Amino acid sequence: MKYKVLIGLEMHCEISETNTKVFSSAPNEYTDKPNTNIRPVDMAFPGTLPVVNKAAVKKALMASMILHCQQPEYIYFERKNYYYPDLPKGFQITQETKPAPVGIYGKLKFDVNGEEKEVRINNLHLEEDAASADHYGRISKINYNRAGVPLLELVTEPDLHTADEAVAFLETMRSIYQYAGISEADSKKGQIRCDVNVSIMDSNQDETNPANWGTKIEIKNVNSFGGVRDAINYEIERQTDLKENGQYAEMQQHTRRWDEESGTTIFMRSKVDAIDYKYFVEPNIPKIKLDKNWLEQIRQEIPALASERKETYINEYGITNYDATILVKEKAVADFYEETISLGADPKSASNWVTTNLLGSLNKLDLTIKEIALTPAMLVELINLVDTKEISSKQAKEVFAHCLTSGQTPKEVVKEKGLIQMSDTGEIVRIANEVLDEHPDVIEQYKKGRTNVVDFLVGQIMKKTRGTANPTIARSTMAEEIAKR
Amino acid sequence: MEYMNKSLKEIHEALKNGNVTSADLIKESLEKSHQLQDKCNAFVTILDEAKPCEVTDDILSGIPYGVKDNYSTKGVLSTGSSNTLKDYVPFFTATAISNLQKHGAVMVNKTVLDEFGMGGTGTTGHTGIVKNPWDTSRMCAGSSAGSAAAVAAGVYPYATGSDTGDSIRKPAAYCGIVGYKPTYGMISRYGLFPFASSLDHCGVLARSVEDAALVTDAMKGQDHNDMTSWDSKDINLYQSLSADVKGKKLCYIKEICDIAMYPDAKPELKEHLANFRQVLQKCRDLGMKIEEVSVDHKLLEAMPSVYVVISCAEATSNMSNLTGFIFGPRADGEKYDEEMKNYRTKGFSPLIKRRFVIGSYVLQAQNKERYFHNAQRVRRLLVDKWNELFKTYDAVILPVGSGTAKPLAGSADMLDKRTQALEDHLQIGNFGGFPSITIPDGFISNLPVALNITGKCYDDINVLNIAYALEASMDYKGQTVGEVK
Repeated sequence: MKYKVLIGLEMHCEISETNTKVFSSAPNEYTDKPNTNIRPVDMAFPGTLPVVNKAAVKKALMASMILHCQQPEYIYFERKNYYYPDLPKGFQITQETKPAPVGIYGKLKFDVNGEEKEVRINNLHLEEDAASADHYGRISKINYNRAGVPLLELVTEPDLHTADEAVAFLETMRSIYQYAGISEADSKKGQIRCDVNVSIMDSNQDETNPANWGTKIEIKNVNSFGGVRDAINYEIERQTDLKENGQYAEMQQHTRRWDEESGTTIFMRSKVDAIDYKYFVEPNIPKIKLDKNWLEQIRQEIPALASERKETYINEYGITNYDATILVKEKAVADFYEETISLGADPKSASNWVTTNLLGSLNKLDLTIKEIALTPAMLVELINLVDTKEISSKQAKEVFAHCLTSGQTPKEVVKEKGLIQMSDTGEIVRIANEVLDEHPDVIEQYKKGRTNVVDFLVGQIMKKTRGTANPTIARSTMAEEIAKR
Repeated sequence: MEYMNKSLKEIHEALKNGNVTSADLIKESLEKSHQLQDKCNAFVTILDEAKPCEVTDDILSGIPYGVKDNYSTKGVLSTGSSNTLKDYVPFFTATAISNLQKHGAVMVNKTVLDEFGMGGTGTTGHTGIVKNPWDTSRMCAGSSAGSAAAVAAGVYPYATGSDTGDSIRKPAAYCGIVGYKPTYGMISRYGLFPFASSLDHCGVLARSVEDAALVTDAMKGQDHNDMTSWDSKDINLYQSLSADVKGKKLCYIKEICDIAMYPDAKPELKEHLANFRQVLQKCRDLGMKIEEVSVDHKLLEAMPSVYVVISCAEATSNMSNLTGFIFGPRADGEKYDEEMKNYRTKGFSPLIKRRFVIGSYVLQAQNKERYFHNAQRVRRLLVDKWNELFKTYDAVILPVGSGTAKPLAGSADMLDKRTQALEDHLQIGNFGGFPSITIPDGFISNLPVALNITGKCYDDINVLNIAYALEASMDYKGQTVGEVK
């Protein structure tokens, strides 16, 4: 590689797990019917004032701690002034680096295809989201439900080197936000938005010296992880071409926009056109001293994150690294798995069910685990039905598929479909003899030494019992009965 | 029989005794409102439909009052005296006003101010110039011009005001009444149209210290909608009133009060300062200790610039919500930015636009340190200096302005550098959030002049008591406008 790539990320993630907005008492539910979750302050009616939501600050501080950032002595908020129709006040309440935001100078270790990497966090700050706007030709519609939704912005140092690393970092952050109960972090709902900085430099130079860095290009508004990957790769290629053609030196620092449709980045504005946001401290929010005991309490409340849970699965439950990785990828899945175990399921059986049947079905049906009717209790019931041989594992799969979306319990499904496994030896003996009576020719073949015909005969038992016969018992019974002939 | 020119206690007694009804009072107040409107143009709205309120043991119950038009009042036009809100009818009421309503107070009109409180003349409201009822060729000062004129003219015993630089205390002085702004945060600002949030105070204009105390007791209180408000339920200003001020220590500032500082002093200024000296003697007669202190002239000279920089910076941001999209008369335009521009260009008066330009300029990245941050530093120095004085003295006592109300013709907005500190020292009360009260202390050429008492934060009782004792030793308590020249 002739060039080294330096990538920095600005990751915006909405805090979805508070009851109310960050400076307003309106519900933090912006996917509800448009313009229903609004208080006067969200539309900036004259005389309204911001009131800080302590729960949002708490979640922001928790994220700050997880990212090994320093927490400030006092919390301040700042105004970022600019005009746009989706910004009713004409400023956004946010935090700047001076005075310190909820977190500065942290770091995070993360895994890229089995290799551990570390990225430095420049800062983490708490701010409010703008309203959402939809543009239709000559008119635009604004939904103020989103105005004032708490938003965490995380800014990394340019410590990432490939699109894979950037995406792995973002996936790790998403997992942290989910596990810590900070956010659903669902990019489909627009909860995650990224700005990406990309520059390239000659490989033989020292990247720890910023003087050697190339020209920083910022790509705005990349709203999916796939988009981040594509935008970075496109930009690396674009900048490499400029280098190769001797045009790189002419390129000024500027901001570009990721255009998903064309798969390219497009020039937005040069550095000289950068907006002066005229920041100043929000005077309506007094500086808030952070109580040491409160900070300690928040630290204690940090839940087990994905990495910690994965270790437990491997070391205590004997799950393979591969399966454990799958189980912790989504918090909701890990929670489902753990509840199944806490209700008495064998960890390995539960893991098999979740990693293969459950996730496979979700994938196939394009559903999330929160959208299905199957509960951990139902899965435990199903596993027990198999363990006690009341149903066969083949039947179990059928029951599972039915329970997944119907809301019926496995026992209900088994009863309704008549799926109880037949383990009554006397009945199976009777059916086996019935089968043998119907196939004297097969008995002849058996006597000539073709013992594999037993498979065919067992199949006939299963057919007669519509698959309900316990296959093990059917096989041993048939072997015994044919020998008697 | 007239009642609206009487004190709250007298009116309350008359109501309780059945000498008069709330409806009678409203009728009288409305009649006087219309008379004063013809003479002085003090009101944006006169509420001819105002309904009487049940008379209880609450002294304010059933008694009319006026509201400055920058308080949000549900269902009642609230313009801020600006064309940008000329048709704005809010759907919520400012906390201070709803507190008064809870006490049974009856709002009968909305008073004119300088547009959004940004002026000191009472001449920039969208409904035209407010004239001084003592002499209609003179100004009331501002911005609470309409409130001051109405209280002085005996339309009702009190009106609400707001004070960012001297907007309650200066017009009170020019109109011969009491103007009081309590400690920052004692009265909630929720629902007050903001000018400069870190300087804005709610307060009251009345005709006696006692009435000011009664009204403030009703307006104040911690409000979950205003984070800068504080719990004052242990403070009862009215019940704490005491004329015993023996042993209190006051200081006045040589650089402001010494006639030697003004070599070209006009006779009016000489008389004003001489009168002030005589009042100081009255203070001594009441058993108070009066001392002269010296404050670095440079610091005093910096005061007006500090005020301009900070107030304009905050104002330009505070008023960015005025775009015409959500409220206010929407402007035409091809695109949203054009609509905003047209609305603001048309809606704001030139004076305000000038202040926005200053505010934007001092916040620009390249200017912020030199102007905005330095202004904040000097603000701190001034506040520290005053807090240092408050270690030795119970209050600072100073004359208000350089004399009587200024003529409307010619001199508007002309700054006389030599008397600047005398004109602008009331701003210190806003820089520090100090409790500050103006009371009339004499007449020059049949026009009232006043003094101001300012104390340390949360020490409102002390400040009011000094004013209360001093008021009792003079003849101006409860005065209304007599014969107009």
